Amino acid sequence: MSALVKITNLTRIFDVSKPWLNRVIERLPVALLKAVSDVSLDISEKTAYALVGESGSGKSTIGKIVVGLQPPTEGSVEIEGVDLAREKDEAVVKKIRSDIQMIFQDPFASLNPRWRVKKIIEEPVKAIGGNTTGVAEKLLELVGLSKDDANKYPHEFSGGQRQRICVARALSSEPKLIVCDEPTSALDVSVQAQVLNLMSDLKDRLGLTYLFISHDLTVVRHMADKIGVLYLGRLVEEAPTEVIFADPQHPYTQMLFDAAPKLDSFGREVDPPKGEIPDPINPPSGCAYHPRCPKVIDLCKSERPELKENKDRRVACHLVQN
Amino acid sequence: MSGLKRFWQSDLMWSFRHSPVAIISLLVTVLLIFTAICAPLLAPHNPFDPATLNLMNGFSRPMEPNQFTNEVFLMGTDDQGRDMYSTIMYGMRVSLFVGFMAVLFSMTLGVVLGLLAGYLGGWVDIIIMRIADIQLTFPSILVAMLIFGIAKGFTPIEMREQMAIWVLILAIGLSDWVKFARVVRGATLVEKAKEYIQAAKLIDRKPIAIMLSHILPNVLNPVLVIATISLALAIIAEATLSFLGVGAPPTQPSLGTLIRIGQDYLFSGEWWILFFPAVTLLALALSVNLLGDWLRDALNPRLR
Amino acid sequence: MGDTVLSVKDLVVDIPTRKGVLRPVDRVSFDINEGEVLGVVGESGAGKSMTGNAIIGLLDPPAHIASGEILLKGSPIQNLEKKEMQKIRGFEIGMVFQDPLTSLNPLIPIGEQLSETIRKHLPVDKKTADKRALAALDEVGIPAAASRINNYPHQFSGGMRQRVVIALALCAEPSLVIADEPTTALDVSVQAQIISLLKQLCRERGTAVMLITHDMGVIAEASNRVAVMYAGRLAELGSVEKVLTTPEQPYTQGLMASTPLASEGKKRLNQIPGAMPTLGALPSGCAFHPRCEFAYDKCRVDPYPTLSDCNGRAACWLVTENSEKR
Repeated sequence: MSALVKITNLTRIFDVSKPWLNRVIERLPVALLKAVSDVSLDISEKTAYALVGESGSGKSTIGKIVVGLQPPTEGSVEIEGVDLAREKDEAVVKKIRSDIQMIFQDPFASLNPRWRVKKIIEEPVKAIGGNTTGVAEKLLELVGLSKDDANKYPHEFSGGQRQRICVARALSSEPKLIVCDEPTSALDVSVQAQVLNLMSDLKDRLGLTYLFISHDLTVVRHMADKIGVLYLGRLVEEAPTEVIFADPQHPYTQMLFDAAPKLDSFGREVDPPKGEIPDPINPPSGCAYHPRCPKVIDLCKSERPELKENKDRRVACHLVQN
Repeated sequence: MSGLKRFWQSDLMWSFRHSPVAIISLLVTVLLIFTAICAPLLAPHNPFDPATLNLMNGFSRPMEPNQFTNEVFLMGTDDQGRDMYSTIMYGMRVSLFVGFMAVLFSMTLGVVLGLLAGYLGGWVDIIIMRIADIQLTFPSILVAMLIFGIAKGFTPIEMREQMAIWVLILAIGLSDWVKFARVVRGATLVEKAKEYIQAAKLIDRKPIAIMLSHILPNVLNPVLVIATISLALAIIAEATLSFLGVGAPPTQPSLGTLIRIGQDYLFSGEWWILFFPAVTLLALALSVNLLGDWLRDALNPRLR
Repeated sequence: MGDTVLSVKDLVVDIPTRKGVLRPVDRVSFDINEGEVLGVVGESGAGKSMTGNAIIGLLDPPAHIASGEILLKGSPIQNLEKKEMQKIRGFEIGMVFQDPLTSLNPLIPIGEQLSETIRKHLPVDKKTADKRALAALDEVGIPAAASRINNYPHQFSGGMRQRVVIALALCAEPSLVIADEPTTALDVSVQAQIISLLKQLCRERGTAVMLITHDMGVIAEASNRVAVMYAGRLAELGSVEKVLTTPEQPYTQGLMASTPLASEGKKRLNQIPGAMPTLGALPSGCAFHPRCEFAYDKCRVDPYPTLSDCNGRAACWLVTENSEKR
């Protein structure tokens, strides 16, 4: 299996300082937020890779950089061997761009309310100058809606149906990679199951590759082949799904797994995790997780652990021995 | 369900059917616009054709036979013997034309600038909105007078009479675009953050295409409301300018011009020369304004 | 388990609209006992928040309680005057909402908000109230509470704000707390903290809790009993262990089967076909019958089954019939 997406040393810095006039008057320093720092990962063709993390982990930023909605500050994202941010040949860029699509979180904001479903689904095809005859109808049936729905407006559909329309739009330019940014977190459980099943069916049928972004471990477990755990913009652990669920090694991953509410833990009394996510503008020294880590040692406070490869997994923790 | 039937049963129409104020003001507005448009067909006299004027008819009282000619005029006549009723109909034509064109102009300008400022952001936004802020610090009637004066200075003397109306439109339109720009900019910022815009950016749609086909249709509701209310304000602004003598020329009198002329006779007892144009202006501005108020409430999801 | 704190009987909430009367809450009955957490779970639009709002008298007009009874410690509170209801809110019933900012005044330091609430409801002087406010903040786990008592809400993180809201809800020692999606806006690790805090405080004081959420995991972790709502009606009500492990109502069964489990490998999820009907287009009979694989003739005609029509736990004709056969 070759890597469809190759992310190398990706860093994204946002300038979150106040307007320059306020800065001059109030003598504030420039505030830089490192949303993603030095992330490297590969996504193999026809697999689903999941990025997991809490708010501020940088998972959505990575997704936006991969689809080209934001440029990387440092590092590169190569898709099929092409770095979109640096490639000069317009034809190549256009070709690769049509291979990438995205499904968004909020099904109520991701469809233009003034457009008919047909026009919405056909837009990506038109943008690359393709033939649109019958595309919308065919895709609507593929995602489990009826072809008569093509002439309706988005407000005539429920949340789950809208997310199906989003899937249909994402598929219309026949992409290879679909970035899914929390695609079901706005949906109810019974509808979430429908959409997740649809997405995994389509993946098998059409040979799609997914970059799945989620905070919900249970959803990720059902969808992903490989999971990368992010904390404050850094990859702290990465392993195949079964491996990481069987034996999470980074203390943050362990905490995340323990904290997730479980259906079979009635009246569970465990010590809840300590502390909160630190301010990403002034992250802690050393390992960013050390102020919350139950196993912290002195080394963690001074030195940031590198992401070390060990068989099929990578972990960034001083305590994990190779 | 046919489109028409669906429209009739839509929330907007339901709210309309249940608002007597909206129904009455729409009726009055339509009636006034209709009479203005059809003035040449409906008016009993042509006040601008000197051949039909009879000085003997001057200062006829409304609904009373003239002491010399025994002719009866519904709203009386002015000093020249012009039928006030017909003059008002023609005057309304000018007022409405100026109002509509000025709103159209300021709306186009404001929507385009608002879209650019909201969508592109950065320096474009700063420059456009600072100009808007500066303009807002002056009363708009003052801005209109200033523009009117400057524009008049640039038109050749022999063209001034014919160009006056267009200069008036330019002046009122330029003084009123800020409202549109501000509202459109705000709505654009909201829409821009939504995911369907990201989906369009993702497939490399050009900014101009995203602005026109995605954002514009979604920011039109508030524009429609402001345009209606602006129409009433533009008509009043035109009347104000004309009343001050800097607007429509006496050869093409608008309601404002008529009021100015009528004012001269108010204290000598010929009240009708002022009264009827003023009442017409009031009815027109009030009904359009009430219509705009209703539209604003009906389209505002928070108030529903 | 102690006495009944809240008793809701056949509660009906109506919203008159121009297209007819919508009924977001339809004949809902349940009790909450002292020291008990009742989880109310359902999809969006199932009427769970509307039920909570009806109890605390915060329905947005034109929504109103059409019939039914709400008894707080035995006395009816469903049609109280606004002023009397205000007295009950905060004093007898504490509230925790999804967005902590809606319950906090952004312009007043949190310490002052707390001590004001205490003084409004309890006969203590300012000094005692201030002391109590500090103790309350300590209790909900605000680190260095004494130094943060003069901070404004925006100076706290989301999780800390929710802790302040919990302190605010509990400071007048109410007998009932209604928590409407208290952890939905929070990250997993903070969610675990808040749930455990809420559970601990209520157990210590014997406060009854009505926990409204869409998250089955939160229900499993936090509640003693669970009420499952569907299309404004109660579908199932019982102990959390029974309802979650052996659901009886077909909707609950489908819901449990379609909830992905972390303990399970990669597999196809069970799905319930279709979506919950909107209130304007409710089917006749049982609202779930168009999606139910077991539906038969009786399910399709009115009246729909309520808990008391059936075995008291699941609102389903089939369940009753099966238990009669047995």
